[in-house]
Amino acid sequence: MVLEVRNLSKSFGGLKVIDDLSFSVARGERLALIGPNGAGKTTVFNLITGVYAPDAGSISLEGRDISALPSRFRIRRGLARTFQNIRLMAHLTVLENVMIAQYARAPGIASLLQPLGFGRGNRWRGEARAALAAAGLERYADQPARGLPYGVQKRIELVRALAAAPRVLLLDEPAAGLNPTESEALHLALDAIARRGVTLVVVEHDMQFVGRLCERVVVLNFGSKIAECRVAEIQADRRVREAYLGADELAA
Amino acid sequence: MSGYLESVLVLLCINTVLAYGAFLPMVAGQLNLGVAAFVAIGAYSGGYLSQTYNLPPVLAALAALLVAGLIGWLVAFPILRTRGIYLALATFALNQVVQGAILNLNVVGGASGYPVPAHIGFPVVAAFSLAVVVAIVALFHTRFGISVTAVSDDEGVADLMGLSVRGLQTAAFAMGAALAGLGGALYAHHFNYIEAQNYGVLFSIYVVLYVLLGGTQTVYGPLLGAAVFTLLPELLRGSAAWRYVIFACLIIAIMSLRPQGVLLRKSWFSR
Repeated sequence: MVLEVRNLSKSFGGLKVIDDLSFSVARGERLALIGPNGAGKTTVFNLITGVYAPDAGSISLEGRDISALPSRFRIRRGLARTFQNIRLMAHLTVLENVMIAQYARAPGIASLLQPLGFGRGNRWRGEARAALAAAGLERYADQPARGLPYGVQKRIELVRALAAAPRVLLLDEPAAGLNPTESEALHLALDAIARRGVTLVVVEHDMQFVGRLCERVVVLNFGSKIAECRVAEIQADRRVREAYLGADELAA
Repeated sequence: MSGYLESVLVLLCINTVLAYGAFLPMVAGQLNLGVAAFVAIGAYSGGYLSQTYNLPPVLAALAALLVAGLIGWLVAFPILRTRGIYLALATFALNQVVQGAILNLNVVGGASGYPVPAHIGFPVVAAFSLAVVVAIVALFHTRFGISVTAVSDDEGVADLMGLSVRGLQTAAFAMGAALAGLGGALYAHHFNYIEAQNYGVLFSIYVVLYVLLGGTQTVYGPLLGAAVFTLLPELLRGSAAWRYVIFACLIIAIMSLRPQGVLLRKSWFSR
């Protein structure tokens, strides 16, 4: 198992947001984490990446317990993420935003003080530019990140996360707010990333998108796992339909 | 070169060094209103070393840089626990504490000021200033530049991207303190007399204004800001009594036309 979450619990001021949650992801797998709004999906990502410390339970990455590892070391272990509400650095260019994530691959003071060059032709800059070009974003490379169209910013976030060369990628609502064309392009991009062996964990509401991208689904409701199954079986699951539609409507 | 022109140029060089001292923490998102505290620490420690231990003034200036940097590094730990306006207030308080302490320190003359006999001439001051500009420009062409900007933009994401937020903030604060200290020591050894009364919060605010006027977005902003603040009042000398009024109006005009500072940037690398 490349990522394993065991008996995870988290409360905020007496409210149990995550309750005894366990699931695991195999290497190269594409897992979807779904559930109604407020089910705790983003909180799970925040626990895995170390934004919050869990109250109980453990998280292990490639067999090693990372529950107590400070958040900044987790990306260095190959765990990167994107954000539900886009969080690019407003005062950096698109290229520089991508370069920020490269640090995770070569952390340390020497790397921090390594010259990135005055003109063109530095290895790290060249690499970031190539990654943007591969995503069709090269023309934005030298623009400030703020003020770019929403869909473009989402794609930049993905390129940035990949610049850390993650083995596990957590995507928080990657398709939200995208039009059908953009959503299709994102599907192709994620499919290619997964084919390269990167494990994907996706929080997403668009079930069509999930159905095409992912193999397996973990369903959360009120912080607990209510179902875990293959994508094809999800609609048949009574508890899942209840969680989304309510028991009354199903009965009617 | 006339004595007048030389002292204007010396002030330009020193103010440039001080401006970079305020710039470094500001790029990391810290409004340091305690710059003058580190200027004073540098001026007095440098002066004391050359006076008491006969250290050559250039070495004393370098020692002052280390002393101010070390003290900056130490106080960064409690001070950087605060955020935003509270950080500004904490540095303001630091300025008061340091100024008050020196005023009561009789070994360096207390309130009557401190004469520093050893002299650093204009060429050496200029060389130091040039070295600082070159070093800062080089520093902002490394990963440090984008990293420290990332920290000031979004600490949470910077941390998740693997950056040591606290480390970068502390480094920026301490390096800024070191440069302020160097500027103080250069002043002490060029003008040969220092007074703690000068190093109040108003002094700090002036230095911060250099940076805000020039802009924090490019590494050349502080250079421009220091130049404007040093040279403009001199150029306005023609209108004797009104020159500071005209100066203030010009500053207000620039600030309202360009609230982000005069120099904007595309990238840390391209400009």
